[in-house]
Amino acid sequence: MKILVAVKRVIDYNVQVRVKEDGTGVVTDNVKMSTNPPDDNAIEEAVKIKEAGKATEIVAVTVGEEKAQETVRKALAVGADRGIHVKVDGIVEPLAVSKILQKIADKEKPDLIFMGKQAIDDDCNQTGQMLAALLNWPQATFASKIEVKDKMLEVTREVDEGLETIEVNVPAIVTCDLRLNEPRYASLPNIMKAKKKPIEQINSSDLGIDTKPRIEQIKVEEPPKRKAGIKVANVAELVEKLKNEAKVI
Amino acid sequence: MSREVMEYDVVVVGGGPSGLSTAIKLKQLNPDVSVCLLEKASEIGAHILSGNVFETRALDELFPNWKELNAPVKTKVNKEKFLFLGKSKSLSWPTWLLPKVQHNHNNYIISLANLCRWLAEQAEGLGIEIFPGFPASEVLYNEDGSVKGIATQDMGLDKEGNKKDSFEPGIELHAKVTVFAEGCRGHLGKELIKKYDLDKGKDPQQYGIGFKEIWEIKEEKHEEGLVMHTAGWPLDKSTYGGSFVYHAANKQVFLGYVIGLDYKNPHLSPFDEFQRFKTHPSIKPIIEGGKRISYGARALIEGGLQSLPKMYMPGALLVGCNAGTLNTPKIKGSHTAMKSGMIAAETIIDHLKENKNLSSYEDRFKKSWVHEELHAARNVKPSFSWGLILGIIFTGIDQILFRGKLPFTLKHKHADHETLKLAKEMPKIEYPKPDNVITFDKTSSVYLTGTNHAEDQPVHLQLKDKDLPIKYTLEKFAEPAQRYCPVGVYEIQNENNQEKFVINSQNCIHCKTCDIKEPSQNINWVTPEGGGGPKYGNM
Repeated sequence: MKILVAVKRVIDYNVQVRVKEDGTGVVTDNVKMSTNPPDDNAIEEAVKIKEAGKATEIVAVTVGEEKAQETVRKALAVGADRGIHVKVDGIVEPLAVSKILQKIADKEKPDLIFMGKQAIDDDCNQTGQMLAALLNWPQATFASKIEVKDKMLEVTREVDEGLETIEVNVPAIVTCDLRLNEPRYASLPNIMKAKKKPIEQINSSDLGIDTKPRIEQIKVEEPPKRKAGIKVANVAELVEKLKNEAKVI
Repeated sequence: MSREVMEYDVVVVGGGPSGLSTAIKLKQLNPDVSVCLLEKASEIGAHILSGNVFETRALDELFPNWKELNAPVKTKVNKEKFLFLGKSKSLSWPTWLLPKVQHNHNNYIISLANLCRWLAEQAEGLGIEIFPGFPASEVLYNEDGSVKGIATQDMGLDKEGNKKDSFEPGIELHAKVTVFAEGCRGHLGKELIKKYDLDKGKDPQQYGIGFKEIWEIKEEKHEEGLVMHTAGWPLDKSTYGGSFVYHAANKQVFLGYVIGLDYKNPHLSPFDEFQRFKTHPSIKPIIEGGKRISYGARALIEGGLQSLPKMYMPGALLVGCNAGTLNTPKIKGSHTAMKSGMIAAETIIDHLKENKNLSSYEDRFKKSWVHEELHAARNVKPSFSWGLILGIIFTGIDQILFRGKLPFTLKHKHADHETLKLAKEMPKIEYPKPDNVITFDKTSSVYLTGTNHAEDQPVHLQLKDKDLPIKYTLEKFAEPAQRYCPVGVYEIQNENNQEKFVINSQNCIHCKTCDIKEPSQNINWVTPEGGGGPKYGNM
């Protein structure tokens, strides 16, 4: 079985994101970038499946600017076998990413495609679902447990009501939740070895995909500052304030 | 337990200006030398914090074509000011009356973090293996007592030190020469100085704590290229310190404060002095209407030549601020750190080729312009132990009339952890509450540093005696860790009428102040898991 894992380069989750003064986006200069956290879970799961002898090859793929390669390199350092970097500059929307991944899937013919359930920068949570539609494959989203059975996966999903367990036939798309596993650290020798693993570079235009944004972004603003809370003396006052000041009851 | 071993000709510990310059110079001199550089931050530059007005002398030597190579050294200093601050007034001191070492007209306002990132790119281009996210946690020794190399930190241990599922053992890096470039108060450097008695016959080392904030200010208030320093308020006359205000590119102002860690009053809070400083009528208008976008702090080394330890030992060298090459009156250490690394590289190449003794490092260092600078600068810092006024008068005579050539050398008498007086003998200081516009609290400040440490890991701020803070330090010194820590790692909490010393180690920004200032030297800073700590941008 061959697993394709999609990874995205995003602003590191520890960084306090700052809106550009002109409202055209967020500041990315001199900002620490990392792999989208649930994408790390996707890679980890693929590596675990391979270590269990149930997969033969892991290919890590990313879509983005030149430096996005770093995320593929990191995937290679924790166990992916080779990488693909589809080069696109500027904003790439989930639909464009799905179309690119579709092309890559056509070429690579993986049995499984893993990725994070959503990216922490735009929070779209769309790429996996759109890719499933484009490929006409079954999908299992928000996976917190994956069991590989013969030509089939048993996937536990994190849903609002609790946990849902479903079965999907292979080939399938799985989007991964943070609860799926604990990603391993890349060891120094493995980072060295990863430098020698191949990363194929492709231009998105060579795939014939138009990555022009379909959504017009009007303005990016910081959320309003939360006001300080107040202390109330008793329940009666609380009810009174909720009714007359906050007007929520 | 046997660990994996990797061998190199040279291993460099630390990806700051000195470490990167060492590595680069080695490869420039001999491309066949194998060099590996470790950095504890998640990426090069993420733990770098500095003013910084940069003198290009060392960079000119390392990369004569740095301009063509697009080094992030662009904003030339075009105007200088020096202010003495009173509580509400200020006196502008003519720059021609400042000692020559404080003239900056050929210098640049830079982000040292960005310069390091650029140096790292050059280094990788030369074939140097750079590994960010891997702290060197342990020195390895040969049987003959020489340094064999280092081991990296184990990853994936829980609070009690048990292996988690993600456990990844550290590995050993063996080298013919190991270069320690950890910066001020490096924890391995500290061990080596002690083990090899490198500071024998030297004065105790002197330190300061430096704060820095980056503000985006209003266009009409921004004067790109302006460098301003202040002395005086809010510090009293017996406390050494001052501020910097650098107008960098993109409407940014690098605003900071340095306080000598030889301060005496345990009630003093360096963080609050810095916050209070910003409310001065000469400072507040600059940042009013602007926005604070970054915050950070780092200890810096100020002892100079008198405190500079021996910089070589069997199998290893100390470079940059890990030894202490900062030029205090110049308020600059980047160029001297870089040069010390370059000299180290020359020494190592000779050592590898002709087996020349590493002690030649000291001879080369003594013949270099770094030594000349530090020699001329040596008497400034100790003279301020007589207080601000006498310090200034002496410095005027020493630096302007004699250009640092007075025929005697003043001594540093005390280590910084020895200078605190008893809490009951010293006045309490009432600091104004933060207004969240110009001044802030520690919580909102640490938030801007992007600091994180994996939650479930051994505490990297180790107490030699865990009862000492409550039993002794609290009573005698009102536990000053609560105040000298710039991000509030240390707290005294009251639980059921029992006082408890709490260490919020996940907030630690690796400034090392606690390791320096703790009156009983009870706190030992060791490396946490790799990649932890602040994620500074263009600090």
